[in-house]
Amino acid sequence: MEGHGGGGDSFFRGVALVAGLTVLAILALIAWSTTNKAWPAFTSQGLSFITSDVWDPPAGKFGALAFIYGTLLSSFIALLFAVPVSIGIALFTNEAAPRRLRTPVTYVIDLLAAVPSVVYGLWGVLVLAPNIQPVYQSVADATNGIPVLGAIFGGVASGKSFMTAGLILAIMIVPIVTSLSREVIATVPSSQREAAFGMGATRWEMIRYSVLPWSRGGITGAVMLGLGRAMGETIAVALVIGSTAQITSHVFFPGDAMAAVIANQFGEAGALHKSALIGLGVVLFVLTILVNVVARSIVTRLDRRTQGA
Amino acid sequence: MSDIDLRPTAGEPADPISTQFLLEVTTSRGRRIRNGLATIWMYGAFVVAVIPLGFIIFYVVQKGLPQVLTQGWFTRDIPAVSRKAGGGMAPAIVGTLLITLGATLMAVPLGVLGAIYLHEYGGRGRLARLIRFMADVMTGVPSIVMGLFIFTTYTLAFGLNGFGGSLALACLMLPIVIRSSEEMLRLVPDELRNGSYALGNRKWRTILTVVLPAAMGGMVSGIMLAVARAAGETAPLLFTIGAARRLNLNLFDGPNSALSLQIFNNAQTPFPAAQDRAWGAAFTLIAIVFILTVIARIISSRFSLKHS
Repeated sequence: MEGHGGGGDSFFRGVALVAGLTVLAILALIAWSTTNKAWPAFTSQGLSFITSDVWDPPAGKFGALAFIYGTLLSSFIALLFAVPVSIGIALFTNEAAPRRLRTPVTYVIDLLAAVPSVVYGLWGVLVLAPNIQPVYQSVADATNGIPVLGAIFGGVASGKSFMTAGLILAIMIVPIVTSLSREVIATVPSSQREAAFGMGATRWEMIRYSVLPWSRGGITGAVMLGLGRAMGETIAVALVIGSTAQITSHVFFPGDAMAAVIANQFGEAGALHKSALIGLGVVLFVLTILVNVVARSIVTRLDRRTQGA
Repeated sequence: MSDIDLRPTAGEPADPISTQFLLEVTTSRGRRIRNGLATIWMYGAFVVAVIPLGFIIFYVVQKGLPQVLTQGWFTRDIPAVSRKAGGGMAPAIVGTLLITLGATLMAVPLGVLGAIYLHEYGGRGRLARLIRFMADVMTGVPSIVMGLFIFTTYTLAFGLNGFGGSLALACLMLPIVIRSSEEMLRLVPDELRNGSYALGNRKWRTILTVVLPAAMGGMVSGIMLAVARAAGETAPLLFTIGAARRLNLNLFDGPNSALSLQIFNNAQTPFPAAQDRAWGAAFTLIAIVFILTVIARIISSRFSLKHS
């Protein structure tokens, strides 16, 4: 490198710029290369690729609707469990826990994030699924015949189901939703809290009327990032969802999801089948990018608000 | 402990002017109950999240540790017939370490340089804002999509090998390294930069000899966390590295093996010996990931001590 003049500077700046641009290049390349390989499947199936639920590789029929449904249902179940828990922990660390407990609590939640997803899957398929099946059975027996509840909870096959996948996903997304919510809640000005306490509010009323309204947007962003993570999670879901493509209201029935079916079928797939699986990847990529762009826009806008304040 | 909030007003308060007492005499029963329920929710949420973690660690240790202690776990090849006991995990352990190392060697220089562009050159400009936003979005790209991406662009042309896995993991690590490194560069005070300029240093020299060393501790910590995450990934390796049973030290030639893939494949079999092998691989993988995480924590705590 040159030591004199501006040569070294512009050279170094150029190298750094190229490194930064790789992010854009990789994203563009992902979109192009996967769409390119998925094209045969897209053109042969047409719109029925996302509107049909018939996935029959030997017959050359590839309708992904059941997988899209499974991805959305298992992610929705995951949010149902993970959101109250995550917001609870975020409030716990910021508002309720004794000060000396706050750092250890954060460490423990970070540990949850450090466990590899395949280990969650292993535990899910060998421990959770067989042990939770009787619980499903008793819930199913209790709700069988009742109009709406029966359609959701009545009927059990094995421990591998939408519900088990949702539970495992919930455990996996708690850390990300918690840590982002915690960051947002930490930006609530203490004057807001003191004002509420000064008016005689209990801690819950302070949280309800000062903390939550202020952080609503940021928590929404955090939840959406959790949703994106749940939709893209592959290995754990592939192990516990049951690998049965079906659209059903019964959450205790086995199903399948987009990422999971790619993982399970890609190895022994023929040419058009592979193309269709890559097509699933494209659909998944587009969905997660949309969710992430919306979530990040919310979070970035809030960042600017707190920095400007 | 605030569960006292639930206590009815009956009974003598020990300290008549404590805030607890004031709360009890000024707050209606309904409000106190609601406050108590909220407190139970917050404590309960933490407990609910810790229970599965405890269970998982318990099972991985209980079922995995005996496997790891069997003779040859760290030295023998993976047996060809997975339903029989015996053999070892050496190819997968070495594979995981090599593939992750390869990914780190690619993602870290690129990521740190990218962070330098974002913070030292781009700042609040349009391009830098776009890259920053897209790096955040890229952290949300599912790891299986990264695997498909490398399959279509690399594996189809060069075959199954460890380097394909490294490429896929590097794609996952890159945005994390960029964003965490940029945060660390932001912590370096401008006085350091200005001092270096005043001594006649050019910008690139200032960045390399003053800014980077100052941010090093925090950066290394962020990088280690990204490495730990990558080491545990399965989906990006599924279609890129193949499945080798023998040790393969060459990332560029022939199929390789990884602990995460061994867990995935063995967990799907109904054979107890294979399932045991999966638990053993899980124990080994978690040990590697935790060691990396702990190193990251130690480095970051040293770093923050120096700053305060």
